[in-house]
Amino acid sequence: MAYVIPKETYSGKVLGVDFGKGDNILKIGGENALPFLSFEGEIPNRPVIAYEVQDTVPVEWPETVKNQYKDVSDNAVNWAKYCQNELKAQAIALRLLSTHPDRENRSPEDAAKTVKEILSAINVPLIILGSNHVEKDASVLVAAAEAASGYNCIIGKAQEGNYKTIVAAALAHNHKLIAMSELDINLAKQLNILITQMGFDKEKLMTDPMCSALGYGLEYTYSVMERIRIAALLQNDATMQPPIVGDVGMYVWKIKEVSAKESDIPEWGLLEDRGIAWEAVTATAMIIAGTNLLIMRHSKAIETVQKVIEELI
Amino acid sequence: MALSGVQIFKLLPKTNCKKCGFPTCLAFAMKLAQGQVEIQKCPDVSEESKKTLGEASAPPIKSFTLGVGEKAVKMGGETVLFRHDKKFFNPSALAVNVRDNLSDDELTQKASEVTNSEIDRIGQKLRVDAISIEYVSNDSARYETVVKLVSSKVPDAAIILNCKDPSAAEAAVKAVVQRKPLLYCATDQNAEAMAGIAKTNNIPLCVCADGIEALSSLTEKVKALGVEDIVIDSGAKTAKEIIEHNTQIRRSALKKGFKPLGYPIISFVLRDDPIFEAVIAAVAIAKYSSIVIVNSIEKWKNLVLFTLRQNIYTDPQVPMQVKQKVYKIGEPTADSPLLITTNFSLTYFIVSGEVENSKIPSLLAVMDCEGLSVLTAWAAGKFTATKIAQFIKDSGIGDQVKNKELIIPGQVAILSGALEEKLDGWKIVVGPREANAIPTFLKSKTA
Repeated sequence: MAYVIPKETYSGKVLGVDFGKGDNILKIGGENALPFLSFEGEIPNRPVIAYEVQDTVPVEWPETVKNQYKDVSDNAVNWAKYCQNELKAQAIALRLLSTHPDRENRSPEDAAKTVKEILSAINVPLIILGSNHVEKDASVLVAAAEAASGYNCIIGKAQEGNYKTIVAAALAHNHKLIAMSELDINLAKQLNILITQMGFDKEKLMTDPMCSALGYGLEYTYSVMERIRIAALLQNDATMQPPIVGDVGMYVWKIKEVSAKESDIPEWGLLEDRGIAWEAVTATAMIIAGTNLLIMRHSKAIETVQKVIEELI
Repeated sequence: MALSGVQIFKLLPKTNCKKCGFPTCLAFAMKLAQGQVEIQKCPDVSEESKKTLGEASAPPIKSFTLGVGEKAVKMGGETVLFRHDKKFFNPSALAVNVRDNLSDDELTQKASEVTNSEIDRIGQKLRVDAISIEYVSNDSARYETVVKLVSSKVPDAAIILNCKDPSAAEAAVKAVVQRKPLLYCATDQNAEAMAGIAKTNNIPLCVCADGIEALSSLTEKVKALGVEDIVIDSGAKTAKEIIEHNTQIRRSALKKGFKPLGYPIISFVLRDDPIFEAVIAAVAIAKYSSIVIVNSIEKWKNLVLFTLRQNIYTDPQVPMQVKQKVYKIGEPTADSPLLITTNFSLTYFIVSGEVENSKIPSLLAVMDCEGLSVLTAWAAGKFTATKIAQFIKDSGIGDQVKNKELIIPGQVAILSGALEEKLDGWKIVVGPREANAIPTFLKSKTA
């Protein structure tokens, strides 16, 4: 029997989205094949990893990752500069966590000030994330989008409960937008439709179908992402063609496996390597399911995933 | 390709003799087509028909076990390319590679890492399944000694004999033949000799070639030499090769019915950096490898890879469940808060994680609701006031807490009245609707 390479014919294509400006502009998406199957399609852009930076001291992060930033994490600008200059970050994801009502409850104006300071201190592209409080994000992200006007940032996350004002702000200030829904392909599709119906260009949109950590629902995220990609490429479903975002770090660095000491649970082995591998393996599973933009925390995990991306291209 | 009932009927004697237990040959043929009965039930069918039927009804990816005994691992038998299409059936076996030029102490150390690798996760006992012993010493007597030594130290693990030299391999196979080792591997150069060893000793054989096309002709050759249980290695080493080759192999087997590639895949993901090796192993586990061979099996790496394997191979139709019981978080006392939720594993993980984040020692009562989440279990009538009351009474937790106060999920606030009626002497407190509000809730409660 002669072997014939079984190639798939794809009718659709993932949309290409760029962010940032000048020489540091980054482009993601644009592929017309399932992840890394170059034998049957074009994969013009590799997945991008952004370093997460917060506008408040990351008290709740486990030691493994908190220690990395202990000299800079009391100041978001220093933190962002450190990631760019020392860790060679390709992009920064600023999470405006201090605006959450259960945290410092800082105002949208304060958040806008932080955004401006960071933008003038770095030149890599910036992703601006709210605190994931649906009501508060509506005002915080509007102020942030205005403060970042002209910088071609990614703003997020727009959810079912707050997308209208956030979409309008991204539209007015010419930013890219992350639409987030909760682990359901139909919800993801519906939100993308609602957003584009507001006149938002689908070529400026990204989908976050909600991440989960390895061992904590990873299989759900993995399969939803695979299904989104199959719909986009094989069924040419235009509403499923935006690039996918995986907000990995925040889900990984709160579970027991990345903070339990080896002395407490000896069969789990070295804590530091365990945490790093946990984030790296979660992120790797996401990219082979179709993620185009990762948001991560630990530099060693990020380096490891960069290395695997290098092998995958 | 599978035959229809009518096609099968044409191959039968058509005598309606009923010896198979069915009233007519056609009825028997229909059952055969559905795979509910075996052809052996017909005493009169010709050998030729049997062969045709056997080949047609064989699964697209061959399935057999690696190793012997209770902890042998089933491989192959997969039917889909994406887990959401049905499920992945037989989780990848994880194996560590050791070389025969290590000292006996080093080998014993490696072997003990394998035997001590077992970890319990959500009720499943997970472990390193196999050990691969590589022939690098060029001394066949040494190889045989090492194979005997290592095998005796890992009584439950499967043995992979990583040796391309047929004479060294033959002696090693004989030494551990009762363990049914996997012989790695037959290549273009040694295929006849290796196939002969595998056939004589009735053990599985790995076929290894450079690229998929060469691999498929070599598997045909080895099969023609009489080896049935075959594992394949296309020579994929990089993450990209693993994804591309494995995708092509599985697609060929499933969508084209291409038999020469219808076998379990083995992947060597050896890397010097253990974290990087874990990541490449993760690619192989997610993308169809039945056996994944690594250089090192640190405990943390095992936990990461076992967890990924469990996630990828979970049945998407059946929710993962945790055991019904009252879990202690931190070191609770009689004054600690008591919360209740359902036993869907994600619900449990998220709720217990947030309770842990609150740093307030607590009791978490997890109730068996057949793996449904809170709202679904409530809607399905499995998380009702009557059932919760029964569970709390049966658990005896009332005797261990001072204030009989039960915190229920905010999503089922509606149950609080009925629960207070059914649980005499208890106070029901409605907790937050979302788990991420639990830390704030618990802190304000105990403040």
